[in-house]
Amino acid sequence: MRLSPEGHISAVIRFVDVHKSYRVDGRDIPALQPFSLDIADGEVFGIIGLSGAGKSTLIRLVNLLERPSGGTIFVGDTEMTALAEPALRAQRRRIGMIFQHFNLLASQTVADNVAFPMRLAGEHSASVLRARVDELLARVGLSTHADKYPSQLSGGQKQRVGIARALANRPSILLCDEATSALDPQTTASVLELLAEINRELELTIVLITHEMDVVRRVCDRVAVLDAGVIVERGAVADVFLHPQHDTTRRFVNEALPEEAASELAPFAQVPGRILRLSFRGDTTLTPALGRVARDTGIDFNILAGRIDRIKNLPYGQLTLAVQGERVDVAMAALREAGIEIEELPR
Amino acid sequence: MNPLQKLLPNIDDWGEIGRACIDTLLMLGGSLLLTVLIGLPLGVLLYLTGKGQLRPMPKLYAVTSLLVNILRSVPFIILMIVLMPVTYFLVGTKLGIRGAIPPLVIGAAPFFARLVETALREVQQGVIEASQAMGASLWQIVRHVLLPEARGGLFAGITVTAIALVGYTAMGGAIGSGGLGDLAYRYGYLSYKSDYMLVTVVLLIVLVQLLQMLGDRIVTRYKRH
Repeated sequence: MRLSPEGHISAVIRFVDVHKSYRVDGRDIPALQPFSLDIADGEVFGIIGLSGAGKSTLIRLVNLLERPSGGTIFVGDTEMTALAEPALRAQRRRIGMIFQHFNLLASQTVADNVAFPMRLAGEHSASVLRARVDELLARVGLSTHADKYPSQLSGGQKQRVGIARALANRPSILLCDEATSALDPQTTASVLELLAEINRELELTIVLITHEMDVVRRVCDRVAVLDAGVIVERGAVADVFLHPQHDTTRRFVNEALPEEAASELAPFAQVPGRILRLSFRGDTTLTPALGRVARDTGIDFNILAGRIDRIKNLPYGQLTLAVQGERVDVAMAALREAGIEIEELPR
Repeated sequence: MNPLQKLLPNIDDWGEIGRACIDTLLMLGGSLLLTVLIGLPLGVLLYLTGKGQLRPMPKLYAVTSLLVNILRSVPFIILMIVLMPVTYFLVGTKLGIRGAIPPLVIGAAPFFARLVETALREVQQGVIEASQAMGASLWQIVRHVLLPEARGGLFAGITVTAIALVGYTAMGGAIGSGGLGDLAYRYGYLSYKSDYMLVTVVLLIVLVQLLQMLGDRIVTRYKRH
């Protein structure tokens, strides 16, 4: 994420007091409650929610595939909500989008699918198109598939074509509408890797919606949690992931951490001592602080649950301990000193 | 006397049958071309203005739809008679190939338009949304997304329409439009020369078969992808 000279986040997408409701049989059904949201230039921003939470509506507000019922939406310096149809079309060409079901043209080859947005934008020189298509297909690893039809490709390959197509007009923003939800776990991982690579190398802002916390954990910098049309939580992925505040967020995090969910149910009452949850981030994950502090303060601990993983590129660990001894508070202070976050869980 | 003459004793002028074949093909070709030229935009209009589509216009849709339904519900033989003044106004004659084409087109174009509408509705909504996201205009969506994506269904519709038109041209024979139907009617029905009827029926069956085979071949070619 890039910062302006004053150190502020430079927002590339801004929602200001936006809300959306649908008119069904003469009644207004609210889909998104009024919200404001800034998405920074160059970041990967995740929006997570269950189906029906309003996340596909939210992502479609960016390129105005859905018009808001009120409020203002900016992309860069352009007030999208004020644009007339032709200007809106020109803006949309600067915003790439990929879809859960890929939405490729079945009647066109891979190469023609990728060239399609450029043709729409008025580029008809065969050599220009050919060169750009080759470059894009090389980037997504499909150089040998240019003359195939979408029906001859696997799901992961189709999404790669979708990504190449979305990048064709050199957009500054890429919208991902449940881009990996129709893919198996391995293909999901490789598509997410590709998205992360594109974000890094092309300095592209990515907005993605998903119902899988794991997708957020792997690629997102920041996340907003959407529950029944309301953004109930937002922040850096590590914060939201390690310290979820809202019930919906906890449910998503527990889905991504099955061990953790099981430990929540563990019969703590049978374990003596105080229950502490330690969160390590970055370098603290790799330092042997816990053993040192335990020796120095003479506390005993019993590990109830734990894991070590990565949030995007940040290694993190979480341990749930039952701790006994006279100097537990001193130990907690020493651990905090070492950069470890501690939460005491209710017994 | 060769075996063919024995089987078909009344047919003394194969040339006339040949001319009738050509007339039928001319009527078919001409009316099919015009039917597609009129029915395709009409079908696109029906599709676009339909409920929940790209340019919903309930009133325009209702009027177009009603007009299409009216023309489709009149039996072709009646439609031809009713349209005679219109035909005379359009082409200056009510007879022959020229006189046959206006009623054929007016009868078949609404039918084809409905088939076009149905074929377009088969195009995935997501593909249309994707092209909107890419900044495509309505015209670009119609020209570069809807029509190419629906071409399998469109060719199937053209095939069905062509076969319906073969039947219509034969009916046209009853009021003097020429072609195989006219031949069958004049010789087979009015003059009791049933061998003419037989030959005509066989030729019509062959024509319909050929059209269906050609159509299927084109449809498979485009459906493969």
